[in-house]
Amino acid sequence: MAAEIRDERVRSVSRLSRLLSRPELGAAAGTVLVFVFFAITAGNTGLFSAKGIINFLEVSAQLGILAAPVALLMIAGEFDLSVGSMIGFAGILIAIPSVFWGWPIWLSLLFSFAVCGGIGALNGLAVVRTGLPSFIVTLGSLFMLRGLTLGLTRGISGRTQVSGVHELALHDPLNSLFSGQVFSGLIAWLSDIGLVGKRADGLPSISGIPVSIVWWIVLTLVCTWLLTRSRFGNWIFAAGGEANAARNLGVPVARTKITLFVMTAMAAALFAAIQVLVTGSADTLRGTQKEFEAIIAVVIGGTLLTGGYGSAIGAMFGALIFGVVQMGIFYTGIDTDWFKLFMGAMMVIAVLFNSYVRNRAMRSR
Amino acid sequence: MAEPYVELKSVSKYFGSVVALKDVSFDVCPGEVHCLLGDNGAGKSTLIKTLSGVYAPDEGEIRVQGKPTRFASPADTRNSGIATVYQDLALVPLMSVARNFFLGREPMRKFGPISQFDAEFANRTAYDELAAMGIQLRDPEQPVGTLSGGERQCLAIARAVYFGAKVLILDEPTSALGVHQASVVLKLIVQSKARGIGVIFISHNVHHAYVVGDRFTLLKRGRCTGTYAKSEIDRDQLLNLMAGGKELVDLEQELGKVAKNSSA
Repeated sequence: MAAEIRDERVRSVSRLSRLLSRPELGAAAGTVLVFVFFAITAGNTGLFSAKGIINFLEVSAQLGILAAPVALLMIAGEFDLSVGSMIGFAGILIAIPSVFWGWPIWLSLLFSFAVCGGIGALNGLAVVRTGLPSFIVTLGSLFMLRGLTLGLTRGISGRTQVSGVHELALHDPLNSLFSGQVFSGLIAWLSDIGLVGKRADGLPSISGIPVSIVWWIVLTLVCTWLLTRSRFGNWIFAAGGEANAARNLGVPVARTKITLFVMTAMAAALFAAIQVLVTGSADTLRGTQKEFEAIIAVVIGGTLLTGGYGSAIGAMFGALIFGVVQMGIFYTGIDTDWFKLFMGAMMVIAVLFNSYVRNRAMRSR
Repeated sequence: MAEPYVELKSVSKYFGSVVALKDVSFDVCPGEVHCLLGDNGAGKSTLIKTLSGVYAPDEGEIRVQGKPTRFASPADTRNSGIATVYQDLALVPLMSVARNFFLGREPMRKFGPISQFDAEFANRTAYDELAAMGIQLRDPEQPVGTLSGGERQCLAIARAVYFGAKVLILDEPTSALGVHQASVVLKLIVQSKARGIGVIFISHNVHHAYVVGDRFTLLKRGRCTGTYAKSEIDRDQLLNLMAGGKELVDLEQELGKVAKNSSA
């Protein structure tokens, strides 16, 4: 066989340099930075007490549940701007059948997931069939779903809020899947050994881990596995990186994208299920702007807006930054009006940093 | 000579009133490099697309291993052992070499009920296959975007060979490459031939074609203007037969006149 062709201009690169070209690097560094910042400015305000940690993790978890599938969809080169409105719509789909029509909660939940999944498939079909940018198609869904939610809710209940879900959900078999807490035994033990503080009455300051945090971690792990270790993940990267090449090699690009639109819609339904069962009510305005928050988390996480590159772990860090900053600003006593300014700036910096990292990845190996 | 693996028999293809191919016959045998030469608009692309199953011929027939065949789709063609490497190479620049190598045909490994992408096998195989072709990868996980043009071409060819191509259709594989890179690809063509693969090498560069080709077919305005074995023709004759030959002489004379007139 032919002599090996070795490029004499190649130098070997260290492990560190390879690590530096990972998509989630920026978000991981940003997370450390944000933690250090608030450890200094809010170190003694209770932000990093057990209670404070649970508080910001809960904020992060809700966003992270959306961000993981949104990251996959964005890597496949598409946007879903309808997830925010989908949250409001899904909430109403749980509350109205239960409160007004007497459906058991578990049935309303299944109904909500099924309808949202169907709308997600319609979003996907509309995008792949028309060839229009998903930005426009789902911008349409954003408005249509919000209008539908408002119209249906006012038409049926006469109000914009439906409450009274708590009492109905009390003995429902699916209730504990979406609300309530887990690992209370572990927390009690941690409290006994002094790692978790106690309240004045001697009980631990927190009674368990909210189940939404478990959903967040599990979803992130599943999405990461899908992306890096499954055939579907290969198709996601290819669909976003070079759809034509992928099609020529027999990758079902359309099916891949439609599946991802169904996943983002289902994530919105999960978000709504948690919110409705935790708060006991649904509101037509729920989920407003969540689509943008999810995109911010994903972009901070190193995913490329044009698709083909990114990670679900990065999106988890993005959501974590979001939660810490939101609660950190609250705990430090800074006017929370400044939160959005901070997050917007954070995203722009993240994009600059990430495009630098990606250029490195493409060049310096 | 061995029996051709694939052959076109007096194939014609029309697009409305345009005659894209008229009565073209073409074949390739295992272990042979058959060059298809022609200027832009000669019908090379139509011929490739007919061979690779994108177009069905309007007249004439395609035979695979002697049997008349109608390709239902490009995938159908690929399954019968005819792989086309287009100029865009069907590579995803942001994905790793190994993932590109197996894109659409991912190797899976079972862990109980879960089957997952066998990254270790993909990395090892991509590395070994390319090494056997003389391309030393730095890292099978490096993005394709970091490869040179020649390396990308080799990756696309190695992939087709690995997945059982008996005939390779290479569409202008050297046209966008520098001298060194082109020579790497030409070497790879010779190696594929040595493995018993029939190569259809489409080019308008006679110099590249003549080095590796066993036979040469010239295409002009949709028609075959002759097929020559290497022993029957030398490089200069081939150059003259190509669009360039006579036209270039005419052009030279014309330009000479213009120069004289303007200096007068």
